[in-house]
Amino acid sequence: MADKRKYVIPGDVVTSGPFRPEQNVILEGNNIIATAVGISEIYDDSVKVIPLTGKYLPKIDDLVIGKVVSHTSLSWELDINSCYIGFLPAMDVFGRDFSTHADELSSKLKTGDLVAARIANFDRTRDPLITISDRDLGKIDDGVLVKISTSKVPRLIGKKGSMIQMIENGTNAAVTIGQNGWVVVSCESAEGLSKAKKAIEMVNEKAHIANLTDLIKDMLDGKDES
Amino acid sequence: MGGRDATMVLLDENGIRCDGRKIDEPRRIMIKAGGLKNADGSAYIEFGDNKILVGVFGPRDVHPKHMSNTDTGILRVRYHMEPFSVGERKRPAPSRREIEISKVIKEALEPAVMLEKFPRTAVDVFIEVLQADGGTRCAALTAASVALADAGIPMRDMVAAIASGKVADTIILDVNNEEDQAGQADMPVGYMPSLKKITLLQLDGVLTPEEYKKCVDVGVKGCEIVYELQKKALHDKYFGNRKD
Repeated sequence: MADKRKYVIPGDVVTSGPFRPEQNVILEGNNIIATAVGISEIYDDSVKVIPLTGKYLPKIDDLVIGKVVSHTSLSWELDINSCYIGFLPAMDVFGRDFSTHADELSSKLKTGDLVAARIANFDRTRDPLITISDRDLGKIDDGVLVKISTSKVPRLIGKKGSMIQMIENGTNAAVTIGQNGWVVVSCESAEGLSKAKKAIEMVNEKAHIANLTDLIKDMLDGKDES
Repeated sequence: MGGRDATMVLLDENGIRCDGRKIDEPRRIMIKAGGLKNADGSAYIEFGDNKILVGVFGPRDVHPKHMSNTDTGILRVRYHMEPFSVGERKRPAPSRREIEISKVIKEALEPAVMLEKFPRTAVDVFIEVLQADGGTRCAALTAASVALADAGIPMRDMVAAIASGKVADTIILDVNNEEDQAGQADMPVGYMPSLKKITLLQLDGVLTPEEYKKCVDVGVKGCEIVYELQKKALHDKYFGNRKD
């Protein structure tokens, strides 16, 4: 659908007319103006710009990887690679009968632990509220953390998860991608781990290349791409 | 530097200025987006003999906490000249002039940057002038705007800036150091080219109302030239090897 793709910088007029402005665009008079460096996409009734740079801004229901930085007697604070701190209440982990006397927070999550979490709530007045009470969420026990640029997360996932599936199948590794640009790779074999890590770093560096999928495939198949 | 003749003719009978430019010709401008690894966004500009490096951080936590605003993010700008940026060693402490320029650049960027998207945070802009030759505030503002776009901070528009002025009773574009010292007026103009709005306008000197209008017009036209180069810098970094 998005056939009218354009490279835009802030201030560029993407289009004009009766469109709904979505991400990274604003309506100024009759014109729709880009507010970020990126690629504009015009749909039937809406316009958006996919940014190529920028920090992670929490969005409700996003899966993120967080790192515990500290805790109080009631909650943990997580670094989620954003300008805001992720707030994980103790009740989320211990359940409704959590009591500050009986339960010690550091028994479940210690400073430095990695957590797969979901953004439960976020608005402009408060720090993002995080939950780990869901399937596949919670403390990450093993794996390697790879940090990539937030804007390249969609590229790593690929169309309907094609890119990440290919990496997983090619290396037998399990990859958890946080929308905040943090990725955890775990694999039983050291070789598969380093291969998967290399593939992810390659996506990060060469995200703009058109035939990246083939390039990664060659790398995974053992053909030397350099 | 310092080798140029102070008693030179600022504008000769053929309309050629002291450095060989025509009256409506800017100096050689080169802008590069990115370059600093540790900053979230950065830009480097060479504007004639000016060389300026800009680093942008943020949005990030505000320290000290009491400076933060629950309604909106805040913009902090530091303009600083290196001790070796001018002929005689400049003391590195912020001078009255640097504090003023930090403030005017901040206020010139604020209409463009959509800080309301990041309440309780700060965006820090650090401007380091490596070499100065007149018109640093315009060059710094131009580069700061590129660095902000490089950092991915939402902006309504870019801000381009250039100085116009009056030398030998003629309105000229892009005042250099000699023309600034010996000329009759100097007017830095900051402009948002797509929104067609002026965000910075200062004037040092005396102009008639007609000259004033002409000076603003010349400045705005100059900003359009600078804007094209800002655009090119960002396109080179992000879309360099792609076809549009």
